[in-house]
Amino acid sequence: MADGTMPGRRPMRHAGRVATHVVLIVGAVVMVGPFVWQLLTSLKTFSETTRVPPTFLPRRWQWSNYSHVFEVLPLGDMFRNTVLMTAGRTLAQLVFCSLAAYAFARLRFRGNNLLFGLFLSVLMVPSQLFLIPQYVIVQNLGWVNTLPGLIVPGMFSAFGTFLLRQFFLALPRDMEEAARLDGANPLQVFWHVALPLARPGLLALTILTALWSWNDLMYPLVVTTDPAKMPLSAGLATLQGEHFTDYSILMAGSALATAPMIVAFILLQRHFIQGIAFTGSKG
Amino acid sequence: MSAADTLAAPARDSGSKPGGRAIRRRPPGGSEQGWAYLMIAPMTIGLAVFYLWPIAQMFYYSFTKSGPFGGQTWIGTANYHALVDEPSVVQAVVNTLVYTAIQLAGIPLAVLFATLLNQRGLRGRSIYRALYFLPVVTMPVAVAMLWRWMYNGDYGVINYLLSMVGVRGMHWAADPSVALYAVAAIGIWMSLGYNLVIFLAGLQGIPAEYYEAAAIDGSGAARTFLRITVPLLSPSIFFATILTMINSLQMFDLAYMMMSTPSGASGNPALPRVRTIAYLFYQKAFVEHDLGFGAAIAFVLLGFILVMTFIQFRLQKRWVHYG
Repeated sequence: MADGTMPGRRPMRHAGRVATHVVLIVGAVVMVGPFVWQLLTSLKTFSETTRVPPTFLPRRWQWSNYSHVFEVLPLGDMFRNTVLMTAGRTLAQLVFCSLAAYAFARLRFRGNNLLFGLFLSVLMVPSQLFLIPQYVIVQNLGWVNTLPGLIVPGMFSAFGTFLLRQFFLALPRDMEEAARLDGANPLQVFWHVALPLARPGLLALTILTALWSWNDLMYPLVVTTDPAKMPLSAGLATLQGEHFTDYSILMAGSALATAPMIVAFILLQRHFIQGIAFTGSKG
Repeated sequence: MSAADTLAAPARDSGSKPGGRAIRRRPPGGSEQGWAYLMIAPMTIGLAVFYLWPIAQMFYYSFTKSGPFGGQTWIGTANYHALVDEPSVVQAVVNTLVYTAIQLAGIPLAVLFATLLNQRGLRGRSIYRALYFLPVVTMPVAVAMLWRWMYNGDYGVINYLLSMVGVRGMHWAADPSVALYAVAAIGIWMSLGYNLVIFLAGLQGIPAEYYEAAAIDGSGAARTFLRITVPLLSPSIFFATILTMINSLQMFDLAYMMMSTPSGASGNPALPRVRTIAYLFYQKAFVEHDLGFGAAIAFVLLGFILVMTFIQFRLQKRWVHYG
């Protein structure tokens, strides 16, 4: 539009474009550079990491750093624990949050405001407040160092319920009403009509819960003590305790722990971005 | 929109609107209510057991002291009095507030980058967005290790890069005068991509006509930004502010990982200047096993979150424009 009417502005616009890209590229280098440095360090020998000035590319590509991490940490077990913890929490939240969210959004029942208020109050409370009683419950159930111990408290989420409720409220009611008139009960309407429409909301919750679960540190640190029962986050914290100064090993370990989420992000990029953007518009 | 408003709305128009819409407006009770209780039961029970009851328990603990053989003795408000007298608590509150303030200062940075990325016809937008988002999907524990390595005073790449431009480096993670700022920089680096995506979505929701009208009026870039972009983006900015604030006030992982040394965190001279409220809670409750004192700290944190969120919601009326 303006390009046609104001030809005199063109060179300025071009200069503006170049400046924009310069700023964006500098920003991108700051955002990605650390990861490049992480990978390069993970492939150097210990003595090379302590050279001054530092080398850029490894002199000798020390791939054995990665197998060394597997020797000092039960990384296979930790990876499995993390995947199961993440999957368990996420699946359970999808079921429980969507059920409760639908009831709050669409059904009328005695005490709904009071209950919803209680749910909301949990949103504000820092997670540290739940930690000790949760640990006591887990301990009493004999779940310390077990998968149920890692998963169960994370299966419930006031945030997820709130997020999906907002989503259900924004859906058109027509189809649900038609189904009700055809004699479907609320659970059937929820399952066959509302839930398929709520897919973007469910996706957003999946991504946020998976990210939070995968990266969670304080809770796993408290309910697991046996490395073979730990998720990657807690395991990595242990690795730092044991290999305090050997940064080639630490970088290899941290690269391994973060790689699955980064690969998932690259493959499902559009969904990640949409999921996050969605929480911003519905929060 | 408050919960009460939305939930009360259907009941209000049930009488006033005859015809098709009235069919589903049955009074509460009957089978619908039964189904509703069934559907909220799992989440309600779970939240009650693992979240609501713990709050009540912690409130009780905050008035008690752990005995040498377990068990809690009631000591009244002594824990809360001790909080005020304990310098480490006061310092942790200051650290947390400074950290939070710096994270909030990262929001304008995200708005700036989102505005740059939102320019019409910009090439490589989705690639930039993906690159900026990368730290968001990375485990904070790993991020802390990585930055700790880059911050290393002897072999760190940051000191090396600084030396190339003639600046003398320092022990970023161990120097009490800079460590908190070094950690806060990581925090901004980690959350920039998240806020960027929120703002980019918000910007894309602003109708192009507003900008066209501004262009016709001869409004300059800065004026357009302040008069159109910022007000129309204000709901997204408000959301990001609340989220950043709540997350920053609870910061734990970064500080924990940056401060730890083989002999425990106390080996790091910068610890008192970096230790956040959540970190102090972890230390008191799980390392020093002082449950009551830990509980009291957690309630102080809750108090800060509630007060600051309340202030934000009050200020909201002055600057957030809902279209």
